[in-house]
Amino acid sequence: MSTAAVTDKRGSSLRSASLPKWSPWAIAGGSIVVAIGIGAGAGLTSHIQWGLIAALLFVLGTYVIASAVEGRRQAKDRIATSLVWVAFLLAVVPLVSLIWTTVKRGVKVLDPYFLTHSMGVVADSEPGGGIYHAIIGSLEQVGLATLIGAPVGVLTAIYLVEYGRGGLARAVTFFVDVMTGIPSIVAGLFILSLMLMADMQPFGFAGSLALAILMMPVVVRSTEEMLKLVPNELREASLALGVPKWRTILKVVLPTSIGGITTGIMLAIARIAGETAPVLLLVWGNSFINNNPFSGAQQALPLYIYQQYSQSSGSTAAYDRAWAASLTLIAFVMILNLAARGIARWKAPKTGR
Amino acid sequence: MAKRIDVSGLTAYYGTHKAIEDISMTVEPRSVTAFIGPSGCGKSTFLRTLNRMHEVTPGGRVEGKVLLDDEDLYGTGVDPVSVRREVGMVFQRPNPFPTMSIFDNVAAGLRLNGNYKKSELNDIVEKSLKGANLWNEVKDRLNKPGSGLSGGQQQRLCIARAIAVEPKVLLMDEPCSALDPISTLAIEDLIGELKERFTIVIVTHNMQQAARVSDRTAFFNLAAVGQPGRLIEIDDTERIFSNPSVQATEDYISGRFG
Repeated sequence: MSTAAVTDKRGSSLRSASLPKWSPWAIAGGSIVVAIGIGAGAGLTSHIQWGLIAALLFVLGTYVIASAVEGRRQAKDRIATSLVWVAFLLAVVPLVSLIWTTVKRGVKVLDPYFLTHSMGVVADSEPGGGIYHAIIGSLEQVGLATLIGAPVGVLTAIYLVEYGRGGLARAVTFFVDVMTGIPSIVAGLFILSLMLMADMQPFGFAGSLALAILMMPVVVRSTEEMLKLVPNELREASLALGVPKWRTILKVVLPTSIGGITTGIMLAIARIAGETAPVLLLVWGNSFINNNPFSGAQQALPLYIYQQYSQSSGSTAAYDRAWAASLTLIAFVMILNLAARGIARWKAPKTGR
Repeated sequence: MAKRIDVSGLTAYYGTHKAIEDISMTVEPRSVTAFIGPSGCGKSTFLRTLNRMHEVTPGGRVEGKVLLDDEDLYGTGVDPVSVRREVGMVFQRPNPFPTMSIFDNVAAGLRLNGNYKKSELNDIVEKSLKGANLWNEVKDRLNKPGSGLSGGQQQRLCIARAIAVEPKVLLMDEPCSALDPISTLAIEDLIGELKERFTIVIVTHNMQQAARVSDRTAFFNLAAVGQPGRLIEIDDTERIFSNPSVQATEDYISGRFG
């Protein structure tokens, strides 16, 4: 399709035949058309198969056309580029489809009433009710977990980067690595065993403790990387001014890396906000509003979603509520991420004249 | 205000590696002393032992004495933080704090140390920037970030930051090696002015620079790779560059080295 653009192959040794700029788009369009043809012709019902055929045709077509026109080296370059694009699309398509489905199904019952009322006496199979109690529970549990997990995590990272030498630092790093791999249900069971030993009933703060355990290693890892990015010259500049080490860390190292640290904490919050297992074990769920995280069962958004599915025996109203709660949870995480980006940009080392 | 430095029998290590061995010298107050010598001979290491920055490097330790007007910097109970308030330092690469404005960078030493009066801060910043010959260039944009300045301006900002805390001695570790000739000239002029108030020690690879700015010059060398660096000789700059007493110095200065 693009052989017309072939330029003179002889002449300058620096110039060679090249495909026009629009050729990747043309090849992509061509592969999609051919893939639709093959898919329809062979009677393939799944559109995923059509997409995969198009992707395969795109990669192969790019290579064949480019090696015919431009030569092998350029063809290899183009095949690498096209593979990156295909991988990117493969990653983005499920994500977009997930958000699309959640928004489409979630907006049905998502209104101020839904956000400001609890399930109360509404049976799980009936319409009505809301997620106010779950939002309160999630905010309190995640908030308390952050209050515990974030400072401990940041301080641990500061120890590892600024002070840690030798055996203790290696041991801490090892256990942080181990903690990163702890399944959430195990963290939940750990707190549950403590709770049983103390003969206590489920309550929100117990969930916070388990979530804090899950959060800490993520915060430590990301903060550690951010602190390592701070140039040593800045530390030396500050020390050479006669500033004590702790003030150097507090006033020079942390401000320089605060944007990245905040982003890391936000990502850790996003991770624990979606945890269901520890909440199921330790907080139990509750269809009434309980504002006190230190006494009595609470609700949380992920647990609410799970219960709407599992306890409603297939009621449409419950499914709608579950989707709306999912949308709320995604929106919550998204708002947190946007806030993190805002803080990162606001606090980032300044440039400009 | 400026103080004398008296070094005797100083040996510095990185872990088990001996970097410099048995160095003794005297640096007079209100003078400029230049350290010259090939790369890796321990000039910068020695410089960093003079304000206890050497021990900031993991494994760094020091034997011997450094007297600052009769007070041993390595004596028992001496706080390295107080030493560094007396002996300031300017580094090879300009390193203004990226989160701070020009004003905050100069005020950083005072603010972070916490001992200043609010009313004096503006005057000190202005005085320091004037002292670093930077005031006229930045007086209208003191609230802009320091990283927006050119390399030469950033280095003068770092000098302003160092002199704002009124040290007795100013150490400079190749302060011009990352700068163009015009910025270098600005810094050299500045060194000439600063020596009225401070004792200055400067490490440089540029021999013309040593000849231009310093009163005394010390030549460092190492016997072989892996051997510790040693002080070969220290003398008036004029004598070092015209009639050094050691052959190795003459070879190095005249380019017949190695």
